[in-house]
Amino acid sequence: MVPSPQSLGRIIAALLLSFLVTAAVLLLADAPPLRSLGVLLQGGLGSPAKIAQTFAVSVPLLLASSALLLASSALLLTFAAGLWNIGIEGQIILGAVFATGFLRPFPEGGGAFLMAGAIAAGMLGGALWAVTAGFLRTWGKVHEIFGGLGLNFVGLGLTLWLIFGPWRRPGVASMSGTEPLHPSLWLGELAGLSLSPVSLTVGVLAFAVVVLLLRYTRWGLTLRAVGQNPEAALLFGLHPNRRVIEAMAVCGALAGLAGALQVVGVYHRLLPAVSSNYGYTALLVTMLASFRPRLIPAICLFFALLNVGSVQLPLQLKLDSSLSGVIQGVLVLAVFLVQGLEERFRTPGRGR
Amino acid sequence: MEFLALTLAGIVSTGAPLVLATLGETLTERAGVINLSLDGSILLAAMAAFAVSLLSGSPWLGLGASALVGILIAALVAVLGSVLGRSQVAVGFILTLLCRDLAYFLGHPFARRLGPELPVWSLPGISAVPFLGVVFGRHSPVVYLSLVLIPFLWWWIFLTRPGLELRAAGERPQAAFARGIRVQYLRIVYTLVGGALVGLAGGAFSLAVKPGWGRPQGAEGAGWIALALVIFGGWHPIRAALGAYLFAALQVLGITLQESFPGLPAPLFQVSPFPVMILTLLLVNMGRTGWVQNLAFPHPGLKRWLSRWQATAPAALGRDFQPEKEG
Repeated sequence: MVPSPQSLGRIIAALLLSFLVTAAVLLLADAPPLRSLGVLLQGGLGSPAKIAQTFAVSVPLLLASSALLLASSALLLTFAAGLWNIGIEGQIILGAVFATGFLRPFPEGGGAFLMAGAIAAGMLGGALWAVTAGFLRTWGKVHEIFGGLGLNFVGLGLTLWLIFGPWRRPGVASMSGTEPLHPSLWLGELAGLSLSPVSLTVGVLAFAVVVLLLRYTRWGLTLRAVGQNPEAALLFGLHPNRRVIEAMAVCGALAGLAGALQVVGVYHRLLPAVSSNYGYTALLVTMLASFRPRLIPAICLFFALLNVGSVQLPLQLKLDSSLSGVIQGVLVLAVFLVQGLEERFRTPGRGR
Repeated sequence: MEFLALTLAGIVSTGAPLVLATLGETLTERAGVINLSLDGSILLAAMAAFAVSLLSGSPWLGLGASALVGILIAALVAVLGSVLGRSQVAVGFILTLLCRDLAYFLGHPFARRLGPELPVWSLPGISAVPFLGVVFGRHSPVVYLSLVLIPFLWWWIFLTRPGLELRAAGERPQAAFARGIRVQYLRIVYTLVGGALVGLAGGAFSLAVKPGWGRPQGAEGAGWIALALVIFGGWHPIRAALGAYLFAALQVLGITLQESFPGLPAPLFQVSPFPVMILTLLLVNMGRTGWVQNLAFPHPGLKRWLSRWQATAPAALGRDFQPEKEG
């Protein structure tokens, strides 16, 4: 996996550009650029506990990205414009809602069986939400960007209604969420670290399964065929609409799995921010990887590091933690710019 | 009567940012370009407008800043999408997230502060007329701008020569190019003009309709509604504006409902437009699917009713056009 000098140059150019833009943004906010970035990196890598947290955050990202990878591969019209499952954020939320709903009748707690049930329920919830967006597209011709996005907001509304309505904590209905789960229903963590070995394993496994599915199975091949040329796929009898629904279902199930793990492994309750924007971030990850799966785990880790590190910004420098999102977005745009410039000036017959 | 007039006045003013953004995006998409970044653009422009007017003391400078931010973001869409051939949807989506985070990051010091607002103008003559005077007579200048732009853009797009060229660039870029229309140039110009209007929508939020800056500002989600309204409006400025007022009416209704149900959290009312958004899109798009057409086939009345709602996108919307490649 040694990068060619050409792609290495591309990476360096994009990184340099992102660094300059980020520094400019920091200067505009009256913040010392190098020190702020230092705080950010140290916040994510400074101690074993922080490194563990970075890994913990990367799990839902990895899950969501591998889920997205699948959906995008299904409808890759070009490398950059696939099945735009923006609804993944809502699918994560629904996974969390279903998992919480499954565990609510057991305030006394239980064991691994219950947790497995909650995770299955979460996968079902995510899949249902994704399939809804899929049917809106195949039966209603509502583009999945709008269907999915609308469903994200509906999912958020559902969560708020549950937290403030039927599932509110006795006495104190607030944004802090539902009553916490019984500790026997929390995923175990490594001693002293907020990282659950189970979630990490699940994330890595799911990613591997998706990559294998896409690369080595007949189903994966059909998905890619549908994505690259829906008209031809229709003529070959590959049922593009059915494949869209299948891809959405699997993608939604994985997103729901991510949501369920957020409940049993991280927050131990349902709260409005349970999806933590991981779905949207995963879309950025997939785009930054330009749909090359092997890059995805590393990008997930790096983005997770930025997310974890950015928590230190308001504490130490009175800056808003949204800087991590700024850096992530700038990085993807910079890569797009470098790729675009290279194509324009390297391809003969274009651009002069 | 007075209550109705005041409600209508409320709809005209809360609808103004939506109308501005919807009209801007309609122009851009008519030229064949999708600027998907609206939700982020509006927020960043709103933040810039508020920050600049707070620092300079002039809301007019703030409004100018919001337009400038809209143009700059649109320029990124134009350069990466139209010039460098990246997917417009991808670029727009990244910009949506990036601009939102940028707005929260840079706007942090300005959150929950009191700042200047645009003045309210009373139109001499109209403000004295009984009913209409209440509805249209006393508004912020951005509201008047939104009202004037609706008929103006309809005239520009459908009745002028440049409007014909604009539609040609979005429908049949190759044919337009062959007839000597500078497709690429037009697309870039209309992307920037549309971006300016989207930026002004942000300024209209933070300087008039929902004055101030915070996290959340209250403009979150408006960009997505505007994008859906462009489709609902069938890329026609008047129909799109009517859709925007429909959503504004729902919002005004939502505020009234919120007062009647104080126990429900405010964010719940913020998400309520989105199910409606999905339903309106279903209404305008479903008529084109095979199963609905089969279902409606024996009922000519139903068929006519469905086709009245149908909207067709500019044929080359979102497709890259590189004149050198067409040969």
